[in-house]
Amino acid sequence: MEFLRPVTWADALAAKAGQPDALPIQGGTDVMVEINFDVHRPPALLDLNPVRELAEVETLPDGTLRVGAGVPYVRLINELGDRLPGLAQASRTVGSPQIRNRGTVGGNLGAASPAGDSHPPLLASDAVIEAESSARGTRLIPAVDFYKGVKRNALEPDELIRAIRIAPASGPQYFSKIGTRNAMVIAVCSFAIALHPDERRVGTGVGSAAPTPRRATAAEEFLSAELDWDARGPLSVSVAQRFGELVKEAAAPIDDVRGTADYRKHALSVMARRTLTWAWNDHRATREEAS
Amino acid sequence: MRVNVTVNGSQEAVDDVWEGESLLYVLRERMGLPGSKNACEQGECGSCTVYLDGTPVCSCLVAAGQVEGREVRTVEGLATAGRRDAAGDTAGRAAAGHDELDPVQQAFLEAGAVQCGFCTPGLIVQSHDLIERNPEPSDAEIREALAGNLCRCTGYEKILDAVRLAAKRKASAE
Repeated sequence: MEFLRPVTWADALAAKAGQPDALPIQGGTDVMVEINFDVHRPPALLDLNPVRELAEVETLPDGTLRVGAGVPYVRLINELGDRLPGLAQASRTVGSPQIRNRGTVGGNLGAASPAGDSHPPLLASDAVIEAESSARGTRLIPAVDFYKGVKRNALEPDELIRAIRIAPASGPQYFSKIGTRNAMVIAVCSFAIALHPDERRVGTGVGSAAPTPRRATAAEEFLSAELDWDARGPLSVSVAQRFGELVKEAAAPIDDVRGTADYRKHALSVMARRTLTWAWNDHRATREEAS
Repeated sequence: MRVNVTVNGSQEAVDDVWEGESLLYVLRERMGLPGSKNACEQGECGSCTVYLDGTPVCSCLVAAGQVEGREVRTVEGLATAGRRDAAGDTAGRAAAGHDELDPVQQAFLEAGAVQCGFCTPGLIVQSHDLIERNPEPSDAEIREALAGNLCRCTGYEKILDAVRLAAKRKASAE
């Protein structure tokens, strides 16, 4: 095995181009598990820890946040929780403090597990993944197009993930996850909702309930049309119920060691209703504060 | 490959490191520092917790090459640092041959938070970090901080007692 240790982003891209089968490693919280158990022995590891650019967070001219692929979960929680509440909530459910000190959204995207905790909020917030190669430069991939199959993503062999581009929350966001305890849990299933009141639109993300993380598009369209965006009246029970059913219908889960398909579908409908209720109540409270 | 790393304040050059091995393996098998324990090798149990550049991490999930040029502090490095932190009178005791435990280690002993001892080094490093960052942690904060450290013996109550005791002592010493 080779160990590649580029110090700059340009060097990292050159290293990946020169050795496309090198496996990028950042926090190591997925990569090292597979090596320790000899599940996977890559010909080379490409250590991205020394690449400082990847640890940076910046605000682009249009207000979008550009979060470096190497920013660990602990920083998403502590530094970006106010602007990216959905992603911060999901980050807080990742592993344990030690894992959150090392693990990154970039790594979650690279691994592309359907159970990855960051995927649902990225989908709900219309995040865009910034990939780059030395040959073709930057490519912007919407999260919805990024997940291609179980542990497969849209990256080309010579590409690395540079950053995640995501707009600061324009409304309430929530993430919910089912597991046996509040730590060290791989999601049985998970759900994220983001209200975008200025666009009168709802975003969703469903995790661990299909071969890839996915949006519940029909549920989003239904809810965007039904919500009382202007008067911000109380949430109708039947609307919440129907939203839960549509989220359930968007899922295509399997039976496995963590849970059955039936349970996952049921849990998703409950999480969808609950997170919607929290989000809508927050939205209504905002108006009350303003008036 | 060779890995240059500072461990517990001492600069080391470790040779013949396999590119896929973990920091935990380097510490235990190549440097003779068996304090960090090898249990799950997948970040589930926290027994291998060490400081990497001042941040607690599972050393089983850090590739050895990733620590090049960086600083690692293991449970073996806490007692020494304890002496350094309390410079004055303890320097004299150290010279007289007493090994001054870190207050967190002392609290674990006194609270009976140690049974088989396997999880203890990881819990001590993680608790040490908690109290450094948050000198008066609530019970909920202690539980969350230690959520990634598994103990199969004590049932955690005495571990929580130990952390509360260490925090209290630190607060009254300051």
